[in-house]
Amino acid sequence: MNISSSYFSGRLTLFLSGELDHHEARGLLGSIDDLIEEFMPRECVLELSGLSFMDSSGIAVIVRSAEKMRLLRGRLSIENPSAQVMRVLEAAGIERLVPVTSGNMGGLL
Amino acid sequence: MKEQNYIKLEFLSRSANEAFARAAAAAFASQLDPNMEELGDIRTAVSEAVTNAIVHAYPDSIGRISMRLRILEGQLLEISIRDWGRGIENVEQAMKPLYTTGGQERSGMGFTIMSSFMDKLRVRSAPGKGTTVVMQRAICPRVGSR
Repeated sequence: MNISSSYFSGRLTLFLSGELDHHEARGLLGSIDDLIEEFMPRECVLELSGLSFMDSSGIAVIVRSAEKMRLLRGRLSIENPSAQVMRVLEAAGIERLVPVTSGNMGGLL
Repeated sequence: MKEQNYIKLEFLSRSANEAFARAAAAAFASQLDPNMEELGDIRTAVSEAVTNAIVHAYPDSIGRISMRLRILEGQLLEISIRDWGRGIENVEQAMKPLYTTGGQERSGMGFTIMSSFMDKLRVRSAPGKGTTVVMQRAICPRVGSR
């Protein structure tokens, strides 16, 4: 899986692509931690339109990243999950913890 | 129930095999002509069960995992994931949402996702002997298909 980032006025957007499972989770968590520490954003957005698969390992990554942003007095949100990713987010009840929005293609288009 | 087709695969408990297992399961299931949501649910449930075996059955070693998929009468897909690892002392507790003995990268949602994405989920385990997870999902016949 791949991660790329863009930063603009306090908002760090992380574009995840590929498949996010247990095999990829630990490395991804490290990359997200490093990027948050580098930019110290007020808001961190996980842009998931390029993510073709995610299982509960992705839930752990989201929960840990949300905790990290809370410690920095910032917030985490999720944008544009695919249908498969959305079903996993819903089954885990992640929307109680992290706002999820769809249809905003941001800087992608 | 009558078995119409099956495959059986065996692989090592290396995390690189998680992607292989769910891709193989999806490829076998595709003969039932599932829709995108059904296929996604199958891939996700297989990924969860295989990851559990890798993380929990063999925490400090590499062992065998076997995956059997069967097509039963009535467009029913049955997935069995078996390991010969540590086993689960208390299956009921292990299946509770958010319960995990895994590390930072585990969420404790694996069984919750398996049970909500599959029609049936059965877990058999004995400490020191291993664990078998059996899941079933009926695939809806599509209008106008074969």
